[in-house]
Amino acid sequence: MPRWGMVIDLDKCFACQSCTAACRMENNTPVAGQDQAEMGRAILWNEVLPFVEGEYPNIVETMIPRPCMHCDNPACIKVCPVQATFKNEEGVVLVDYDRCIGCRLCTVACPYTVRYFNWYQPEWPEALKEHLNPEPEVKPRPKGVVEKCTFCTQRLRKAREEAEAAGRVFNATDYIPACVQTCTGHARYFGDLDDPNSLVSKLAHSPRAFRLFEELGTQPKVYYLKQG
Amino acid sequence: MPITNRHEQTILAPIRRVGMGDYLLWGSLLVLMLAGLGAWIWQYIEGLGITGMNRPVYWGVYITNFVFFIGLAHSGTFISAILRVAGQSWRAPLTRAAEAITLFSLPFGAGSILIDMGHPERILNLIFYGRFQSPIMWDVTAVGLYMLSSIVFFYLSLLPDIALCRDRLTDVPNWQKRMYKVLALGWKDSPEQYHRLEKVLDGMAVFMTMLVVTVHTVVSWLFGMTVQPGWHTALIGPFFLLGAILSGTAAVVIALALLRKVYHLEEVLHNGLFNSLRKLLITFILGWLYMMIAEHLTIGYASMHEEMVVLNDKFSGTYSLVFWNMTVLVFFVPLLIFIFKGKNNVGWMVFASVLINIGMWMERYIVIIPTETSPRLFHEMGGGSYLPALPEVLITIACFAGLVFLYALFTRFFPIIPIWETAESLPGHAHNAEPAPVSSTATGD
Ligand code: SF4
Ligand code: SF4
Repeated sequence: MPRWGMVIDLDKCFACQSCTAACRMENNTPVAGQDQAEMGRAILWNEVLPFVEGEYPNIVETMIPRPCMHCDNPACIKVCPVQATFKNEEGVVLVDYDRCIGCRLCTVACPYTVRYFNWYQPEWPEALKEHLNPEPEVKPRPKGVVEKCTFCTQRLRKAREEAEAAGRVFNATDYIPACVQTCTGHARYFGDLDDPNSLVSKLAHSPRAFRLFEELGTQPKVYYLKQG
Repeated sequence: MPITNRHEQTILAPIRRVGMGDYLLWGSLLVLMLAGLGAWIWQYIEGLGITGMNRPVYWGVYITNFVFFIGLAHSGTFISAILRVAGQSWRAPLTRAAEAITLFSLPFGAGSILIDMGHPERILNLIFYGRFQSPIMWDVTAVGLYMLSSIVFFYLSLLPDIALCRDRLTDVPNWQKRMYKVLALGWKDSPEQYHRLEKVLDGMAVFMTMLVVTVHTVVSWLFGMTVQPGWHTALIGPFFLLGAILSGTAAVVIALALLRKVYHLEEVLHNGLFNSLRKLLITFILGWLYMMIAEHLTIGYASMHEEMVVLNDKFSGTYSLVFWNMTVLVFFVPLLIFIFKGKNNVGWMVFASVLINIGMWMERYIVIIPTETSPRLFHEMGGGSYLPALPEVLITIACFAGLVFLYALFTRFFPIIPIWETAESLPGHAHNAEPAPVSSTATGD
C-alpha cells in the first residue's frame, strides 16, 4: 500500500498560482465572489501564501504553496465527533460530506488552517457550471459541511481503473494530483513516500527538506525544499 | 404534623397575584424569542454565511454563549449541591432560586451548540457514529448528564412544595390545580417520605458536585485539546470552572434581588444571605485574578512566538479595549464595590454582579476569538477578523430572553423559596426556626 506524499521545491516555485487554479477546476470549489472572499470565505484547497521575515527594507519573502498536509497524526481527525473526517489506508485524509455535522471543531484544530467551511450553498456562474468536473468524488458539496484538499482522490481511482482496464499492474507513478501536473515551475513532486526508490522519498530525505510546524508532532506528508 | 412555615403566605403570594405586568413581560420576552427563532430559521435556510463567522474565525458568539450559559448554570449546583455537601445551612432559602437559573440556562447552553452547527438536522450522527475521542462527545455526554440530573434534583426538591400548592392553593384556576395534582405524584407528606427525600438529595448532591467540576472542565477542553496558541494550556480547565462559578454566583445575587423586590420577599431573603454571597464572591474574584495572573505571566515570561502574537493582541492589539475593560471595570471595580460598599447594601451588590456577568461574557469572548484570528499560518499574513452579524445578535438576545422568560414564568406558578426546606416544622422532624430556618437534615449533619 503506498503512502502518498508531496514535495514542493521552493526554489522552483515562482508563485504563479497555476496550482491553485488547476485545483479549483479539478475539485469544483465554488466561486465565492469578491465580498465573500474579502471576509475570508473563499474556498481554495490550495493557496500560495507569502511569508515575510525581517523588517522592511531588509526582508526575505518566501512564497509557500499550501495544500492539506495530510498529516500522519492529524489534529483534525482526533477531534471529529462523528468520524466524518478520516485517514484512508493510503494515508490520505478525507471528509465524508454526508456525515459531517458542521461543528467546525476540526477547522479550529488544524494548525495549518487548511479546512474550509461551506458558509452558503456553493455557486458558480453559468459559464463555469458547464465545465464542472463530473467525477462523483467532487460533486458540489452541500452547505454547512467542511471540505479540503484530497490529493485529488478521484484521480487515484481513475488511474487504478485505467491500469486495470489495460491489464497492467497499477504503479505509483500512474497518478498525480492536478496541482502537481499543472505546476509551471515543475516545483511539485508526488509519489509513494514508503518506496525508498521513489523521487519523493529521496527528496523528502534531502538536507533541504523541512515540514511546516514540525514541532507540533502532526507529521505532515507534504515536504518543502528550502529556498536558496 | 403538617408543614408549618411562618412565611408560607409571603412565599405563596406571587402565585396568587399574576397581573397585567406579568403578561406584558412574558409577551415582550416572547417577541424577542420569536425574533431569535426567526433568525435561526433564516440561518438554517441560507447557511451560516449570514453570520459574521469566516475563516479563520470559525467560531463566534454562539460558542461564546455556549460557554457562558453553561457557566451561568453552575450557580444552582454550586449553591444547592456544593453548599449542601459542605453543610452550609444558610443556603436553604436560596437553593431553588439558584437551581432555577441552572435549569433554565442549560437549554440555551446546549442549544447554542445546535445553533452553531452547519447541519443541525444531523445531530443524531452523534449517536450513530459518535466517537469518544472527540471533545464534542465529551461535552455532549457531560452536559446531557448534567441537564438530566439537574432536572431530577430540582424536581425532587420541588416535590413537597408542589404537594403543598396542591393542598393549600384552593383559589387558583382549575387547570392549575390539576397541574399540581399531577406533578405532585401523590406526595403524602409522610415523615418516611421526607426522610427518604433528604437521603436522596444528599446523595445526589455529592454526584452533582463532581459533575459540576467535570462539566465546565470538559467545556474548556473543547479549546484546550487543540494545539492552538492561547488555548493549549492545562490551566484552561480550572480557569473556566472558576469563571463559571463566579458568574453563576453573581447571577444568583441578581436573581435574588429582583425576586425580593418584585415579590416582596424581604423577610425571607434577608440581608444576611446577601452578605454571605458577598463573601463568596470576593473569594471567587480573588481566585479569578490569581488564575489570570498565573496564566498570562507564564505565557508572557516564556514569550514563545505564536503565543505572544495572541497575547499582544489582547494586551495592546485589536482586543486590548475589550481585554482591559473586562479586567479593570468588570473585576477590579466589583472587587472594590464588594469590599467597601457591598455589605448590607443590595443595590451596590447587584450593580457589581451585573458588571461581573457582562465581564464574564467578555472573558469568554476574549479567550475564544483572539486565538482564532491568529492561527499559526495566518498571523504571518496579518490575521483574521470577526464581528458578530445581525442574526447572531438576535439569537443571543433571544437566548437571554428565553432564560428570563422561563424564570419569570416559573416563579408565578411555583414557590421560588423552598417552603419545606425553610419550614419550622416538617412531618417527623423537630426544627429550630432561627435565625435562618432550615430543615435539620438539609444541613447535612
Ligand atoms: S493539515 Fe490540517 S486538515 Fe490536513 S491532515 Fe493535517 S490537521 Fe488535518
Ligand atoms: S465539522 Fe465535520 S468533519 Fe469537522 S469535526 Fe465537525 S463533523 Fe467532523
